[in-house]
Amino acid sequence: MRVLPVGEDALLVEVSSGDEAQALHAELLRRRAEGSLPVGEIVPAARTVLLDGLSDPVRLAAELTAGEVPPVLPRARETVEIPVRYDGPDLADVAAHWGVPAREVARVHADTEFRVAFCGFAPGFGYLTGLPARYDVPRRATPRTTVPAGSVALAGPYTGVYPRSSPGGWQLIGTTDLVLWDHARVPAALLSPGTRVRFVPVPGSAV
Amino acid sequence: MTDRALAVVRAGALTTVQDRGRPGHAHLGVPRSGALDGPAAALANRLAGNPPDAAVLETTLDGCSLRPRSTVTVAVTGAPCPVTVDGRPAAWGAPVRVRAGSVLDVGAAVSGVRAYVAVSGGVAVEPVLGSRSTDLLSGLGPAPLTDGAVLPLGAPREGHARVDVAPQPAPPDELVLRVTPGPRDDWFTPAAVRLLTSRTYHVSPASNRIGLRTTGPALERARRDELPSEGMVLGSVQVPPDGTPVVFLADHPTTGGYPVIAVVHPADLPAAAQARPGTPVRFVAVRRRHLSGVIG
Repeated sequence: MRVLPVGEDALLVEVSSGDEAQALHAELLRRRAEGSLPVGEIVPAARTVLLDGLSDPVRLAAELTAGEVPPVLPRARETVEIPVRYDGPDLADVAAHWGVPAREVARVHADTEFRVAFCGFAPGFGYLTGLPARYDVPRRATPRTTVPAGSVALAGPYTGVYPRSSPGGWQLIGTTDLVLWDHARVPAALLSPGTRVRFVPVPGSAV
Repeated sequence: MTDRALAVVRAGALTTVQDRGRPGHAHLGVPRSGALDGPAAALANRLAGNPPDAAVLETTLDGCSLRPRSTVTVAVTGAPCPVTVDGRPAAWGAPVRVRAGSVLDVGAAVSGVRAYVAVSGGVAVEPVLGSRSTDLLSGLGPAPLTDGAVLPLGAPREGHARVDVAPQPAPPDELVLRVTPGPRDDWFTPAAVRLLTSRTYHVSPASNRIGLRTTGPALERARRDELPSEGMVLGSVQVPPDGTPVVFLADHPTTGGYPVIAVVHPADLPAAAQARPGTPVRFVAVRRRHLSGVIG
């Protein structure tokens, strides 16, 4: 674990894997909940957790450097089920990358238990991990200028669902009608770091 | 009859509603947003008799015109500019009474970029995640003002003692940004780190609420691999593939995949909000107050 100072009152904690980052994030949330970690923002990402708005970064840096990443990923708090139609325009390309028939992409994806590793890109956009590394896919060579809201997509090791229409370079494999982000709802984001996610094929859709 | 509202006569190039933003949601991908020149926005609120968290208008270069439907106190701060009420000159940086139906015109900035217009009672659009700020990166909060739009106003505070006049820093002729190195200075060549803090950059016209872009010597990376996305703080000096530094402002993305070579001291960011395209920028390395000698 490396602790890098960021400006005057933030620390970037770097670990060696995505699983470690998720475990560290869960541990830091636990400490904040029990009142022992005064911090403005805890922002997990691919290999890091950012702690921003710290009142005593020196002490925390020393503590973290001396400590170890908790070895076991704690149980996810809740499971969000996302109804999906595996009808994306890139399904055939993804099947070709995986070396399987298109319907097998849907089966593997729907059988996987995902977890929100982190959020970013847009409010409510979660980077979901869970697929084995052999299913990594590249981004599309040319990003689309518009990806419709509700698109279920793959890039690198991640699955994501576009909360609203935006440009994007991920491989589109399906569609959901679930509203992932609604600022008038509590909570606004269905997916937050640590949430467990399952994709459930809509009955009647081809799987 | 009272009608607490403000009609937009002339929206200007880009006028948005801003308050102190919505920090605390970065883990959901929500930028902090909020007034770029926070001290100027706070002063406008004080002059108008508002609490510090009231929403104000942030204009960009050419001001705006407003017609309140009830008599209000307004204050214009930030970028110095001519202020008129029904065509008659009025004070900048001081409370101004505007009668119901009169037109307040905030003119083009004489220097600086962003003027702040506080109206007694505050702009009372519906808050989103606790803030009324327009976030131009993610589209949260009210849309930028358009001609003919009508904004609701809150109830003014009764009997609140106002300040009458207050000194304001002039917009910078040269923008000096104090930086602490890292977290990813080791992704750059030692020459690049020296270049950043020894050469003069200039504010690029492509700057916006998301970032202050610069033109100047490109910073060479020591590593060619891709940085996995990581959390970004306000004031991060991110270096995209073209090598010219971008200083993250209030609407910055919460995570990013380009390395951050240094972080600007937050006290220097209000001046960055007022630096016009072409303004010289110097990044000055300072020792980290808390952390020097401990880590990094």
